[in-house]
Amino acid sequence: MTEATTYRVIQSTPSSQMAALAALALLVILVAAPWWAGRGDMRLLSEIFLYLSLAVLWNLLAGYAGLVSVGQQAFVGFGGYGLFALAMFLGLHPLLAVPLVGVAAALIAIPIAFLIFRLSGAYFAIGTWVIAEVFRLSFAQVSSLGGGSGTSLPIAIVKSMAGSRALRDSISYWAALAMIVLVLAVVYLWLRSRHGISLTAIRDNELAARSLGIDVWWTKFWVYLVAAALTASVGALLFLQKLRISPDAAFNVNDWTAYVIFIVVIGGIGTMEGPLIGTLVFFLLRGFFADLGTVYLMVLGAVAIVVILKAPRGIWGYIHDRYGLTLFPVSRRVVKFDSSHKNENPS
Amino acid sequence: MPEPVLLQTHDLVARYGDFQALFGIDFSVSAGEVVAVIGANGAGKSTLMKAIIGLLPSPAGSVLYHAKPIGDLAAHEITHLGMTLVPEGRQLFPSLSVEENLVIGGQMNRPGPWSVAAVYDLFPVLKQRRHQPSTSLSGGQQQMVAIGRALMSNPDLILFDEVSLGLAPIIINDIYAALPRIIEQGMSAVIVEQDISRALAVSDRAYCLQEGRISLEGPSGCLTRAAVNHAYFGV
Amino acid sequence: MDWLNAIVQGILLGGLYALFAAGLSLIFGVMRLVNVAHGDFIVLAAFLALVVTQSTGLHPFMTFIFVIPLMAGLGYALQRGLLNQTLGHAILPPLLVTFGLSVILQNGLLEIFSADNQKMDAGPIETMSLTVAEGLNIGVMPLAVFVIAIGVITSLQWMFYGTALGRAFRATSDNQQIAQLMGLNNRHIFGLAMALALVVVAIAGIFLGMRTSFDPSVGPGRLIFGFEAVIIGGLGNLWGTLIGGILLGVSQNIGAQINPGWQLLAGHLTFLVVLAVRPRGLFPKVDG
Ligand SMILES: Nc1ncnc2c1ncn2[C@@H]1O[C@H](COP(=O)(O)OP(=O)(O)OP(=O)(O)O)[C@@H](O)[C@H]1O
Ligand SMILES: [Mg+2]
Repeated sequence: MTEATTYRVIQSTPSSQMAALAALALLVILVAAPWWAGRGDMRLLSEIFLYLSLAVLWNLLAGYAGLVSVGQQAFVGFGGYGLFALAMFLGLHPLLAVPLVGVAAALIAIPIAFLIFRLSGAYFAIGTWVIAEVFRLSFAQVSSLGGGSGTSLPIAIVKSMAGSRALRDSISYWAALAMIVLVLAVVYLWLRSRHGISLTAIRDNELAARSLGIDVWWTKFWVYLVAAALTASVGALLFLQKLRISPDAAFNVNDWTAYVIFIVVIGGIGTMEGPLIGTLVFFLLRGFFADLGTVYLMVLGAVAIVVILKAPRGIWGYIHDRYGLTLFPVSRRVVKFDSSHKNENPS
Repeated sequence: MPEPVLLQTHDLVARYGDFQALFGIDFSVSAGEVVAVIGANGAGKSTLMKAIIGLLPSPAGSVLYHAKPIGDLAAHEITHLGMTLVPEGRQLFPSLSVEENLVIGGQMNRPGPWSVAAVYDLFPVLKQRRHQPSTSLSGGQQQMVAIGRALMSNPDLILFDEVSLGLAPIIINDIYAALPRIIEQGMSAVIVEQDISRALAVSDRAYCLQEGRISLEGPSGCLTRAAVNHAYFGV
Repeated sequence: MDWLNAIVQGILLGGLYALFAAGLSLIFGVMRLVNVAHGDFIVLAAFLALVVTQSTGLHPFMTFIFVIPLMAGLGYALQRGLLNQTLGHAILPPLLVTFGLSVILQNGLLEIFSADNQKMDAGPIETMSLTVAEGLNIGVMPLAVFVIAIGVITSLQWMFYGTALGRAFRATSDNQQIAQLMGLNNRHIFGLAMALALVVVAIAGIFLGMRTSFDPSVGPGRLIFGFEAVIIGGLGNLWGTLIGGILLGVSQNIGAQINPGWQLLAGHLTFLVVLAVRPRGLFPKVDG
């Protein structure tokens, strides 16, 4: 045995350990929101959680698996309608319906994946859009769900969730919080796992990944399924908050896809931190400029174009390159490991 | 050399991302001269050709053509100045017929002796195949199309990158037999070739590349076999 | 007779869809770019035509004098100023940039023209029809669009295979680097391809504005029809695109005949069935 210099593969960095502690503290504060926040704040927070969930999921699809979908509204709307249907027709408790629509969405995503995975690149994207259109047109045909004009969740079902309005608000807030925690946990653990390496390899170079023996098709397939399931659950919660659903709102490409794409692109596609930053930026901008309506959307579109061309890895990519900061260490580094210093500087 | 210098590179470097493929190359071709470039696989011969023709970026002053800095020009601008490349591996346009491949080579309309008819005269076999897809030809015939396509632009300097690649010896002879007719009107040529004796036989002067650097240079007739072997293999 | 009528009208409608598709097919063929804002450009052209008729009193047919050069110029500028920067091996940049353009165009039109339904008045030709048989009438306008679509595809086909520009398009599409050795500036070539695509878009927009009512939000729908026609017909095959458009139009009309709510659904289902059984389309281009 020679001098004890060993090498270890590590994923955590000092900044990420700090971030983990901060996240825990933040979680405690957020769980307690019903005791310190007003009704409006809680609604806004819920919306942020749900948008962040959509962004994280879209980033998993497009940023890691190379599945650029512009049709995730199919699953948002499916989740919303699924929740309404299960609650109205089967009398299920709405919160129980949330995981169930997730399972249903995963099942329906199987044949869809087999079909649209035959298209590649941009054609795949438009194919997902067609699927979302099929969903919208199909649900518009279901007259028991209000057809083209939609329907409201009956009062009785709303009341069955909890007696008081305050408690109902808290419950749907906690549900949204639980959702984002679940989504972050699933995506984060996945990316850290062995499968995460395949995904990162596919993101970096699909051809090389293939030649390394990674089964690209099946990896993408699972990503698509999981994203569909979780997106549908998010959709269920979104419409549980709105209490009203219609085909145009449920399958809206702007609300559930365009905004989400802008969030991820501006924040930094293909990074764990990007969707977080992007969501914050998105809601800040919306706070200031939402009154501008269409102009706001045009500005968002223009900002996204500039970011793609000038800083393709978004705000987070810029920060990361400059300061070497990492909050969610999903990539691995080999570092020299001896008694004198525990951790090398993050690269 | 009494003839004026046609092409000259100064301290030319080339990279593929982080990988540096050429290190400070000083290379020149005089008017009317045939220059051979030899070197082992991966030595950087094709990279040198691509850097000269503008397919790889370089600083303006590192390549001079007709005494004019062209290093920062794009390939399509350099070809308009009367230089062209017969690329390694032929690289015909598969969507174009044989004749279309030739015609598109001449779409810059530079005046000179070369026309579709002149190319058919040089390589008669192409005339019978003129309307076939270029992919249906044999390797040797495809190489003839690639050479014809380059000639169609009536360049002053033509760069040949391993025209013998993958061809049977007898076909290679046919192709090299056309060389005198190509250069007889004063066209200069750079010939990248793996076959050392052939390279030295057809050229006035030769360069040997080794790992991105020039390891030997001199008049083809004066290079000894031992010197070339040393420059080629580095042993 | 209703059914026959539905089929005949569907075939004619397919002409319009082929017009939507031809530009999409052209730019994909030359530079492997899929323009997600394609439908919004069609709508933009329709609005331009509307503005021209309203301000000059020209017949909608004649608006092409202004709309075609405007759209061609826009296409060239857009390609050279913006889209050329996105071309490379990564699929995300072109997709996301054109998606951003789509959102900008839609909302820009909404800002200027509001969400109201618009339609150009083409005069008496709108109601004229030829009676082919008892109960089977063919509208002159849909027939005109169909004939124009055939004309456009024939011209594109000729341009691609019979002109120097088409040769340059094919060469650049085959191999960008080698095309440069022919003295072709691929950025310029791509600019010309986009200009030409937007000429077709201009024609499609003018006829969209005469045949149906439109508003700023209908672009994505047109993109999807064009896209479905391209995939049904087989990538890279212009005549296949016409057949794809026809199949789409016929399916929609047959769907509508069964139940008015099924019109669009039937078109999408036809597309999905083709995708399931012939993923490369009905008439895929055989690569040489
Ligand atoms: N596109 C590329 N990307 C990265 N590296 C490259 C690329 N092309 C060539 N190289 C590398 O550059 C070096 C020089 O390559 P080059 O093709 O110029 O050699 P060559 O002398 O022409 O060899 P050959 O006789 O095989 O044609 C090699 O190490 C090669 O691996
Ligand atoms: Mg070489």
